[in-house]
Formats: sequence, C-alpha cells, structure tokens
Amino acid sequence: MMTLKVNGQENHIDADPDTPLLYVLRDDLKLNAAKFGCGLGQCGSCTVIVDGKAVLSCVTPLVLLEGKQVTTLEGLGTVSAPAPIQRAFMEEQAAQCGYCIAGMMMRAQALLLRNPKPTDAQIRAELQPNLCRCGTHMRILRAVHRAARLMDTADASVNERSGQ
Amino acid sequence: MNAPVILDRRRVLQGGGALIVSFSLGRAFAEEGAPAAAGPKRPGSLATAPYLDSWLRIDSDGRITAFTGKAELGQGFKTAFQQIAEQLDVPFKAIHVVTADTQLTANEGYTAGSHSMQDSGAAILNAAAQVRELLIAEAAKRLDLAGESLKTDNGAVAAPDGRRLTYGELVAADMLHVQAQPQSKLKDPATFKIIGHPVPRVDIPAKVTGGEAYVQDMRLPDMAHARVVRPPSYGAQLVECDSSAVEKLPGVVKIVRDGNFLAVVADKEFQAVKAMNTLAAAAKWKESPNLPKQNDLLNVLTSLPSQDSTILNRSDPSVSGQKTVEATYTRSYQSHGSIGPSCAVAHFVEGAMTVWTHTQGVYPDRQAIAEMLRMQPASVRLIHVEGSGCYGHNGADDVAADAALIARALPGRPVRVQWMREQEHAWEPFGPAMVTKLKASLDADGRIADWNFAVWSNTHSMRPGNAGTLLAAQHMAQAFAVPQPKPLPLPEGGGDRNAIPLYTFANARVVHHFIPAMPLRISAMRGLGAYHNVFSIESFMDELAGLADADPIEFRLRHLEDQRGRDVIEKAAQEFGWKRYQKPQAGRGYGFAFARYKNLAAYCAIASEVEVNRETGRAQLLRAVAAVDSGQVVNPDGLTNQIEGAIMQSMSWTLYESVSFDDTRITSIDWQTYPILRFDAVPDRINVHIINRPGQPFLGSGETGQGPAAASIANAIAHATGKRLRDLPLTRKRIKDAIDA
Repeated sequence: MMTLKVNGQENHIDADPDTPLLYVLRDDLKLNAAKFGCGLGQCGSCTVIVDGKAVLSCVTPLVLLEGKQVTTLEGLGTVSAPAPIQRAFMEEQAAQCGYCIAGMMMRAQALLLRNPKPTDAQIRAELQPNLCRCGTHMRILRAVHRAARLMDTADASVNERSGQ
Repeated sequence: MNAPVILDRRRVLQGGGALIVSFSLGRAFAEEGAPAAAGPKRPGSLATAPYLDSWLRIDSDGRITAFTGKAELGQGFKTAFQQIAEQLDVPFKAIHVVTADTQLTANEGYTAGSHSMQDSGAAILNAAAQVRELLIAEAAKRLDLAGESLKTDNGAVAAPDGRRLTYGELVAADMLHVQAQPQSKLKDPATFKIIGHPVPRVDIPAKVTGGEAYVQDMRLPDMAHARVVRPPSYGAQLVECDSSAVEKLPGVVKIVRDGNFLAVVADKEFQAVKAMNTLAAAAKWKESPNLPKQNDLLNVLTSLPSQDSTILNRSDPSVSGQKTVEATYTRSYQSHGSIGPSCAVAHFVEGAMTVWTHTQGVYPDRQAIAEMLRMQPASVRLIHVEGSGCYGHNGADDVAADAALIARALPGRPVRVQWMREQEHAWEPFGPAMVTKLKASLDADGRIADWNFAVWSNTHSMRPGNAGTLLAAQHMAQAFAVPQPKPLPLPEGGGDRNAIPLYTFANARVVHHFIPAMPLRISAMRGLGAYHNVFSIESFMDELAGLADADPIEFRLRHLEDQRGRDVIEKAAQEFGWKRYQKPQAGRGYGFAFARYKNLAAYCAIASEVEVNRETGRAQLLRAVAAVDSGQVVNPDGLTNQIEGAIMQSMSWTLYESVSFDDTRITSIDWQTYPILRFDAVPDRINVHIINRPGQPFLGSGETGQGPAAASIANAIAHATGKRLRDLPLTRKRIKDAIDA
C-alpha cells in the first residue's frame, strides 16, 4: 500500500511498486485523461505533471512517486469551470479525435507554468515528444498561444482584485 | 433454435413501460429496410432505410433524437448532424444524436469513403423536412386551418392567430412511421441560422477535461482486463505453451487458448500486461518466411498474377502526340497508426453478446463476430463508442472480435481488451502498396494528346462481413479462411479510385491490374487508391507541364472542363499568390495539385511551399493553401479542421512513412521504427478556403485532401531541387540521393 497524491488528494494505492503511474491513474483512480498510447514513452498521450514537470506516466513506476504531487487534466478544471488551457482548446476547437489532446495540454501546461510567455518556437520544441495523428497541430499551437494569453489575463485580474 | 435474442428498440420500449414515447414503435425496427419500390430514389440513406422514424424521434416532452448508422470517428459529424436537424426548426440544443448501434440505428454499412454527410446527413436533412411537413399537417387538422397558413419555429407549429402546438403535443401514434418521399420541401439555404455556421463541436468539452470520451475509458462493474498474445508473424503456429506459471500470477483470472488464439484475463489492467508478457515468453511458435522483399515492391507487385480491366478507353485518331514521356510511381505499405491502440469491451450474458467497439461498421462487424462465435446475429449487439482516430480499417474490428471471444469464455463478466502498441503496428491491416505506370504525349500546341495510366494494386477493403476477415477467427482452432478479395466497383473504386483523370484528353486509356494475392495484411486506409493515383496523376501533370514549358496551373486548366474544379484551382492559386514562372528563394519550391475525390465527392486544390536542405535532403513544408468545394457546407470550421488534418497527415505519409518487414516479420512495430510527423515538421501556416454552394448536395470531404497534398508537396520538392521523386515516401535519403545523382 502506498500513498499517492493526485490532483491535491491523497490516495492509498494497492498496486505493485513497478506499476506504471498510467495504470494507477486509469485503473485504480478511474481517471480518463491520461491515455495509453504506446507504453514506451514515444508518443506523449499519457503525459501528466509531476511536481510541475511534464512526465510520461506510462514509463514512470509508482515507486518513484512517493511524496510527489501528480496533476492530471482532471485536476486543472471542469467543463463548467475550465482552466485557461481547457478554455483555449475549446475556443480553438483544437481536436479531431482528441485522443492525444490531454497529453498535449499537460505538456503545454507544464511549459506555461515555467514560461508564461513562450515563443512559437519554444512551444513547438516543447511539444516535440507528443504525437498527433489527425494532424491537428496548427490548432494545438494556436490553443497554447491562446492559453498563455488567457492565463496572463487571469493573473492580471487576480492581481487587480488583490490590489497588486 | 433457442438462441437468445437481444431485444430491439421496439421490444425494449414496449416491455419497459418506463420510457414514454409518443410515436408508435409498432414497426420501427432499426434495421427495417426499403421495400422493393420503383420510382425515384430517396435521398441519402433514406434509399435503404426509408422510414422517417428510423432517423428522427420526437418525445412527448419535445425532446428530439436523431439516429445515424454512422460512427463519430473524430470528424465532428455528430455535431454536423445536430446542425442539419435545423431543417425541423428546432434549437440546436434540443437535438440529441444517437450514433451506430445495431439495436437502435439504421444499417448504414461502414462509416467510410467520405460518405457520412452524403448518406446520413442527406437522410437526416430530408427526414427532418418531411417530419416538419407531417407536423404541420397534423396541426392544420387540429386547428382547422390551412397548412399553408402555419409556420414552424422553436419546436412548435404556430398559427397566425397566435395559437401554438409544440412538436411534442403534435406527434402521436404512427405519425412518423411512414416512408420518406423522394422529394422534400427543404428550407431556403439563405434562411439557415445553424447550417453553414461554425458551431463548436459537442464532443470536445469532455475530451479536454478528462470526461469519459472513448471506449478505452469504459469501466463496467466487475470488468476484467484482457490482453492477447498475438503470433510473432503472419501464419505462425503455436506449437507449445506451458501456461502454468502464468496461471499463478497475481490477479490472473483465466487463460484463453483456441488454436493459435491466445489471451489472458486478469482483474487489474497491469496484471494483465504482466501476465501477457509471461505468457508470450512461454509460447513457442513455428514461423514461415513468406514475406516479399520490402525494397523491391515494384517487381513484387507487377509480377503477381493480376486481373486486368480497362476502365477508360477514349480514342480520337485525329489527334496524335509528338513528344512522349513515361514514368513509374510506387507507394509503400503504410500504417493507419492510430495514437490509441485498438480497444473493445465485451459482455456475454445468458447467451447474448454485447460489444462496445470503435468499429466503422457495427452491422458488418456484428455479422462477422456472430459467424465467428456461431451465434445468431440477433443475439449479438454492437454499440459504437469512439476510439482513437482510425483513418480507415485499423485494429478496431479485430479487437472487438478478440473481446467477444474472450468474454464468451467468462460468461457474466465484462471484459476489456486493449491492444498494445506493437500489436497495433504489426497486425493492423495496412494501406496497400501500389504501382502506377504512366505514359503520355503532347501535341504541337502543348496539349496532352494521348494519356496511358496503369495501376497495380490489391483490393482496398478486407473489412468484416465475413468472420474470416477477423484475426481471432483466422487464429482459432476451427479457423475461418480469409475471404477472397474483391476489387471495389467503380465509380468509387478501390485500387483504381481516382485512376480515371478528371481532365479531358483526346486519347486516354486507364487499366486496373487488380492483384488478388496479398503478401501483407491490407485493407482500407483514408483515400484508398486515390492517395497514390492522385499523387501519380498530379505529379505527372507537372512533368508534362515542364515538357510543354507551361505553368503547372495554366496547364491543368487547359485540360479541365469541370467548372467547380476550375473554381477551386483558381481560388487556391489566388489565395496562395501563385504567379506564372515565379522563382522562389534558393532551396525552396512551389507545388500545386488538384483532385475531385472519387471524381464525385469534394473538390480540393492545394498549393504548397517547401524548403529542401540540399545537404541533408530534409524537406520541410513551409505553408499550404487549400481550396475546397464540398457543396452545401454544414460546419465550416469542422470542414476546415478536416482539410488541415488531411494536409498534415498526408504530408507525414508522403515524407516519412513506410511499413518495414524482413522475410518473416513486420519490423515497424512502434513510433521509433515507424516514424511519423512531429512538431518540428509542422509548417508555419495552413490556410483553407471554402467555396460554399448553398442548397447543393453535401459532398464528402474527409479524404479529399490526401492525394492533392501528396502531389503538391512532391511537385514543390521537384521545383526546389530540379529532381523528380516518384517513390513514396519521399524520404530524406531519397531526396538526398536524387540531389546527389
């Protein structure tokens, strides 16, 4: 039994320590966003954030995650209260089949956390590990730019309210 | 025969009593087909499923359901169908769309060939118009007014005196259980408020928030997880498998072996993965080296026995050519490469099988699975649930069969089967390799006098219908034989799809060499033969334009009479800023290509700019401009998304992709060994321009971009390097070798 913190909640996990995080998220915690794509760390559809960094959950064993904070797409927002990156992807209609999109969003979110105003080249470089087969790349790029603007606006309004 | 029958919608609702619906369920079989009737054909799929209540239901509370036998594959047409129901004068949000389900929806065969809007969209549009007329007639009767004086809006019929009757109040008894008329009273397209507008897709919110959106996300109570251990190669025989160690592993519920079919079921998913690995190590197979030479596909394909048919033969002896050129083009086997490997859930309860699947054809796949299980089709229900994008016949049907076969061994317990990455890559049916040989001559005026086109190809559909198309059925002890492949008939065609040029030539001959033998497992992949045929025709048109010393676009227009075709060409050229004999900066090239998909669906022209690194051979698409005519546009943003995606995906096929194999095994089994486009290859921009044709029939457009994108890029590479590449994919090495030659 191990304790795993996901989206701010502590969970007691009964799984072998070598179980990849992806299976714990999907099978034990019934979360949908992180997707099985290859199990080999080649496609990025399983991407989640661990302690602020984008991580391939399909090749990250549970044993390495003790005491760390895992964030999945579910932890960012909901349909009725979407996070800026979720709003951005909806507004840009940045999906076709959408299977890769959760992983794309989490990698982009990790970038925006450490670099709120990335250049187009920085976004492209960051998303290099993630594959999209429908060819939605142009929209994904636009959505990440839009997310950066939305987060900037959100920060500004928070600062205004708090008098900063 | 006491086979249990899964209740159809009629019986469920009649027996249930909980669902109060105000239409008659008396004869409303989802599958109810058309009686043999003479006269004009009904629009779209109303031709085969003519009853209006197969398409639209109105509940007494005014809730409206549209039924489609097509499957949402990420093209966004669930949203488009919801838009189309505007024809009924109801708000967008009042409509709920139910997709492919053998218990609920009409049998519309496969969701393939860019047919969804033409078949199902046209059926819903016309059914909605005719249901509206029925509701008006009923209101006229009840209000004792002339039908002509009544209007419809917001889900109600309104009289001039202010009285309103909602659709829910009006609909009763058998009212919608009538056969559609061939003609409908359609709204004036100028009045559309939803059709033709960029409505946000209904499926995207769940997909960007972690909602349950895919069959992979299904979790039924007490569901077990299974993994299949596939043979290492085609035809391999399982000679020995000591599974005793696997049986002792934690969580393992069952090992299922039936001939060469081998699978393991466990309580938890990763337990199933571990058990699969142990079982795979225990299994000993006998393999045979039966694969052809990967680097000699030209000779392999043209040496196999073929059935030859001349599909175009036009002759005008008064016209003859002077300068003649010929060229041969080839295409490798290519993978669908879905990002999510195929997955299905099956549940076998009291002799009835239910399978949740991302198949493109719930009815044909049900037929195949029922045959494999030796069950009555009525005892098997297939329900479509979205999967990862498929772009044709990938592992969806096979994994559905795997799940059904395993679930039958575990009655009462739902079983989820998820293929692994290597399984999807090695076992999916590939897009077939192809060869085309072209020869043409120009007359003194620089016009094509004589055109010869020959294509060698397998069929482009080994889709289910027969059990023998399913891997599980091929592998079980009482194996089902792979059915004899058939060429897909024209006018749509398979290997010969788009082999007949849309251009007009005085003399033209097109021959289809259909190859029955299939060295690799193949089936339908987005665009079928059109991808390679359009690549060949449109590359060769550029070669001929060069010979005629003509601008490539002007040269095409010289041979094209079809006005809508000319319109997309001119639109793409204008938006791209195409100028005759324009010289790009060093290392860059401009390319152009055009096709009308299947010569009967959407028109598409694409101009592109490509940069080629002469040192490395790397080709980079910098920008692409497309013009498309899909008839009446339903969701312009959805259409744009499809064309953008087609260009990106075709660019990936065209520059990078080929299935690799040795004499025994498929060796491209993951994204390292089968590389596809990544973000470093994404162009600066793609612009899609739509030529809307209000009131014109919907023209399928999901596949129209594949061929033009390929040829446009190939032509730009030729423009940039002065070298013509004719073998797909146009890899860095091939480009470099051509530059150095």
